[in-house]
Amino acid sequence: MVTNPLTKNIDMSRPPLDLNAYEAASGYQSLHKIAAGLSSDDVLQQVKDSGLKGRGGAGFPTGLKWSFVPRGEGSPKQKYLVVNADEMEPGTFKDRLLMEGDPHLLIEGMIVAAYAIGASVAYIFLRGEYVVAERALRKAIAEAKEKGYLGRDILGTGFDLEIILHTSAGRYICGEETALLNALEGKRANPRAKPPFPQVSGLWGKPTIVNNVETLCNLPGIIGYGNEWYHSLTKGKDHGTKLFGVSGKVKNPGCWELPLGTPIRELLEVRAGGMQDGVQLRGFLPGGGSTDFMLPEHLDLNLDYEEIGSVGSRLATGTMIILDDKTCPVGMVGNLMTFFSHESCGFCTPCRDGLPWVDQIFKDLEAGKGKESDLQVLLDHVDYMGPGKTFCALAPGATAPLGSGLKYFEDDFRRHISEGKCPYGN
Amino acid sequence: MAKIIVDGVEYEVDSDNNLLQECLSHGLDLPYFCWHPCMGSVGACRQCAVKQYKDADDEKGMLVMSCMTPATDGAIISIKDQQAVQMRERVIESLMTNHPHDCPVCEEGGECHLQDMTLMSGHNYRRYDKKKRTHRNQYLGPFISHEMNRCIACYRCVRYYDDYAGGTDLAAMASHNHVYFGRHQEGTLESEFSGNLVEVCPTGVFTDKVFSQRYSRKWDLQAAPSVCTGCAVGCNTTPGERYGELRRVVNRYNSEVNGYFLCDRGRFGFGYVNSAERLKVPVRQGDGQQEELDANEAHQLVQRLDGKIIGIGSPRASNESNFALRNLVGDDNFYAGVSAKQHAANQLILELHRDAAFHVPSVREIESCDAVLVLGEDVTNVAPRIALALRQSVRNKAKELAESANIPQWQDAAVRELAQEDRSPLAIFSNYASRLDDVASDTVVAGNQKLVKLGSAIAAELAGESASAGLDEAERELIGRVAQQLSSARRPLIVAGSSARSMELIKVGANIARALGKRSGNVIDFALLLPEVNSLGLSLLVQKDKDLSAALGVMESGAAKHCIVLENDLYRRAATSEVDAAIAGVDSLIVIDQLATPTSAKADIVLPATAFSEHEATYVNYEGRAQLSYQVHRNHSAARPAWRWLCENPAQQVEELVDRCAESVSAFKGIASLLPDLNSMIAGMRVPRQSHRYSGRTAMKAHVNVHEPKQAVDSDSVMSFSMEGIPASKDATVLGASWAPGWNSNQSISKFQDEINGKLKQEHCGELLLKDKQASGDFFNVTADQSDANNGLEVLPAYQIFGSDELSAHAPAIRERMTDAYLSLSPQDAEQLGLKHGQGAGIAGTDYVAIVCIREKIQPGTVAVYCGTEINPHDLPERIVLNANADIAERGIRGLIVSDLLEESY
Repeated sequence: MVTNPLTKNIDMSRPPLDLNAYEAASGYQSLHKIAAGLSSDDVLQQVKDSGLKGRGGAGFPTGLKWSFVPRGEGSPKQKYLVVNADEMEPGTFKDRLLMEGDPHLLIEGMIVAAYAIGASVAYIFLRGEYVVAERALRKAIAEAKEKGYLGRDILGTGFDLEIILHTSAGRYICGEETALLNALEGKRANPRAKPPFPQVSGLWGKPTIVNNVETLCNLPGIIGYGNEWYHSLTKGKDHGTKLFGVSGKVKNPGCWELPLGTPIRELLEVRAGGMQDGVQLRGFLPGGGSTDFMLPEHLDLNLDYEEIGSVGSRLATGTMIILDDKTCPVGMVGNLMTFFSHESCGFCTPCRDGLPWVDQIFKDLEAGKGKESDLQVLLDHVDYMGPGKTFCALAPGATAPLGSGLKYFEDDFRRHISEGKCPYGN
Repeated sequence: MAKIIVDGVEYEVDSDNNLLQECLSHGLDLPYFCWHPCMGSVGACRQCAVKQYKDADDEKGMLVMSCMTPATDGAIISIKDQQAVQMRERVIESLMTNHPHDCPVCEEGGECHLQDMTLMSGHNYRRYDKKKRTHRNQYLGPFISHEMNRCIACYRCVRYYDDYAGGTDLAAMASHNHVYFGRHQEGTLESEFSGNLVEVCPTGVFTDKVFSQRYSRKWDLQAAPSVCTGCAVGCNTTPGERYGELRRVVNRYNSEVNGYFLCDRGRFGFGYVNSAERLKVPVRQGDGQQEELDANEAHQLVQRLDGKIIGIGSPRASNESNFALRNLVGDDNFYAGVSAKQHAANQLILELHRDAAFHVPSVREIESCDAVLVLGEDVTNVAPRIALALRQSVRNKAKELAESANIPQWQDAAVRELAQEDRSPLAIFSNYASRLDDVASDTVVAGNQKLVKLGSAIAAELAGESASAGLDEAERELIGRVAQQLSSARRPLIVAGSSARSMELIKVGANIARALGKRSGNVIDFALLLPEVNSLGLSLLVQKDKDLSAALGVMESGAAKHCIVLENDLYRRAATSEVDAAIAGVDSLIVIDQLATPTSAKADIVLPATAFSEHEATYVNYEGRAQLSYQVHRNHSAARPAWRWLCENPAQQVEELVDRCAESVSAFKGIASLLPDLNSMIAGMRVPRQSHRYSGRTAMKAHVNVHEPKQAVDSDSVMSFSMEGIPASKDATVLGASWAPGWNSNQSISKFQDEINGKLKQEHCGELLLKDKQASGDFFNVTADQSDANNGLEVLPAYQIFGSDELSAHAPAIRERMTDAYLSLSPQDAEQLGLKHGQGAGIAGTDYVAIVCIREKIQPGTVAVYCGTEINPHDLPERIVLNANADIAERGIRGLIVSDLLEESY
């Protein structure tokens, strides 16, 4: 049986499989099951039972999310599926691999999801810089249309689906699902108030599911091979495989598909080949720029949503950024603060006006102009921009590396102030 | 009734509201920026954080934004909780990182919501020592100044301007802390309601440019409750005066009329009051000579006129002035100072007002109507505030959808996102494309004949008769659709009025409303628009047959020896030749007015009258609502309220005159209730016009006399020209500028409302005069006028918010927005006549030249004529012939804002 359903067709040394080759590699099985009579309720139930959690970062159960979409008689006729392919989390490049390497997998996943929720139009909101993925997806969509896998009355099921590929003009906030919907509607990419959730009132005010690329890529396997197989993949409590990435001063940075529950040490030392010679591991952000730092002592934890959560961080996108002992942690966090403050949409006060202040303090620290009182301001901002205080998760995300950085690397912050310069020579 | 507990105290609440609104309704102080009482919540500023507890045992609680949290029964919250207090303080600290330290030179200072909230939050020490971000400001036209550095990005401006008022040229741009609120490029803000930005902005980003030019602090302004005289809606205003000059007009909340918003004519149209051209002394004139008269002598002269005198009243003069003139000349000799056609329309409207089948809705009621048909009215340019209300009426669909989706109405962004372009029906049948077309479900632009035909078909359809005669397929569909929308609405509304100068259209409107009423058994909302502030009041004072033609006839025949014209320019009301002939027929013409007019130029005696802000008076708005407007400041010239020239007692008190009017004219019997009873006030104390912080009282006249002048005594009114008296916070019966402890800005109004958006605690919303209904009438028999279509173009009157009103057209700021007279033509007619956009065209048979304005939607065969200040519309025949004429007037039509211009510029 397949153990790497997400990447089994990916070989970056050649172009991605075209539709025929993809089908030959047992692709579009799920679509044929639907054509053979699998109902949308069955699909929904199967996805619920699979235990699949969203791979975009929040880890919300996918089937549960789908179940909030009004179904049946009296529900709004038009519903939408939107693929969040605006992969902009710092350090994250997993969706790119999937879209560049096996675009038909995403399209098959979209067909399954759209069928389950009753959407006749699906949008792919693609990060604008992903031009290779764009080309691959356009080709794959055209092939699927040609083959009758997209369009009207797909394989005689009476189910219609049109896929529209939209390339983003580019803002990190578009990764926030409701800001993404606003951007798709041609409005400012500000997040929307929740409730109402997009499942009830989303794109153009209609019920909408926004799923991450990787989440959808799990669906062909779940429907094609069944939950028993799916549940056999994991090594831990959460189901399935996941793409994990490592960037930073490791010997072999990259992105791999591993079962959930794989030990962090295996990812770092086996897949990424361990640290480069001459540098030591100082800490790491386990799931992109908006997760809390973890320390070398956490290496024996498993890559599992709950386990990572137990030490105050999040698995999130599963793509880790490594901090080594020759790199200034203040500089690293400052770099992220520059990013987050620049990417704030400007809607709510703590994020819009809090992050630039934080960013400016980091710039002062690095320039040797930091003051003792700045540390208190930073600590205050960790609280002030935290969860529940802002309109969306952007600023709370930024406080993750900020707060944990201040906690774990306090000495480095203090040395910047007492020495009047960056001790790492930045 | 739901109950919530705030800091241990139980309050009764409406669970359909959010916590912030309920806290404010109960008088609690809780700072906020992005929430607005009539625009709801979006959760942007994070200023209104409170602690919410799950239950009585929950000691930890959770911070929530009170504006985004429903006031559910049993909710337990704390405003005083330390974490909540700290959060609110930090938000201010954040906002202040970029806000400049320019309060002393900022126009908003002293009435700045940001100042108030900063103090309320407790933030006072600035830790931020980095650079502030700066912006470039934009030129936004003659009304509004822009200072983006002060912006705290609450998003209220764009939410108001775009979402609420339908503007398209103000937007939030850029992102993070560079977010910029402005136009895509510099230029005049196009919305007719742009002035409200001044009040919507919680700080000094958008300020009143007219006010800035002659600036004074709020606390230094002498102010009183007033009523706008710009049109027949009767919005409530607070004008402010300093050094004898009227400095600005701001909105005064009236829950039934204007709520929180004014139009730009109302806000910026007061400038004529300060005009150097104001008439200041009584004069006798003739043969090119002018002789100043002593005021008492002039008064005696009017009182001792011998022989038959006729009086011509005015729709822009108060009830009291018209009533005084009527008394002086006698009921039989008192004429309406409006054209015969307008007078007939007014009388018809009055008749419909009294018809039990109809209800003329208030502005607030209009907002709640869920299907609207506008017949022949350019609402934006004739009754602007109602256009803003109609724009809200189309949102009833959104409210309905939100209700079924369980989204609270106050979740503003969510409700808009849910409804998207789904709107309640608004069908606009008009002579030319209107500024509401963007939210209309159907628009028909045509001449009156066609509008009458289509309207009649709707009435027939609703009455269950055959409606298809003479209609094509598309028209039949349209008729069916509109009829269906109106008949299936919960609260349908028909809007008609006198502006299209078609009695038939008003009758058709009545027929439609009557047919609707007969179907549903309900009284139908029928908004009947009139042109001027006191059109209806004047109509109530004049006999039915006493129109201006009759007056001019009497004058021309020599039957009247004297004629007194009250605040009126007859050359705007009747054909030039008729007025000339009439004036030649009387021995003496006496004109009482604020400014010189072509009529006053021909007068033998000219008496200066005070302007709206210089006297106390009542006016009756389009719905029959009589409202009292107080005197704000004194006029130091010899000008008097017109009634003081006309009444025998030169010191005639207005309140006594109001009482007399109520006694002698039955329609006015309720009007005396508008007058507050001085005796009921604390120890007979008066209400001060000057604020408790009014400064410079002892010194402001020091350049004239170093001794403090005696405070002027106002014997007329319950108000005084001083700082002393009953503080508004003790008794807000007479509320000019609202002010409450800790609340210096206009947001303090919440402290005077019985609940947010409710009535003011002790204030009078005005008195509806036409409450006594008569039995409902019958359908009108309407026949479309079948004039010869081959002879020239059918003239349709066009209006401009800036220019069509006589007095505001003298305000400098308004003049900057005015265009010259123009002729709106269809592209076909223009081509056929060889006329180009922007070119001058002569009107055959007259000396008038106007500018050609080619508009895509004008019906061929018609021409919508905007007469500006240069054409007397009564000189034009019903159909006109145009010929090319190279003379282009000075202003041209630059800056003209209509939706269907064929060419943007010329």
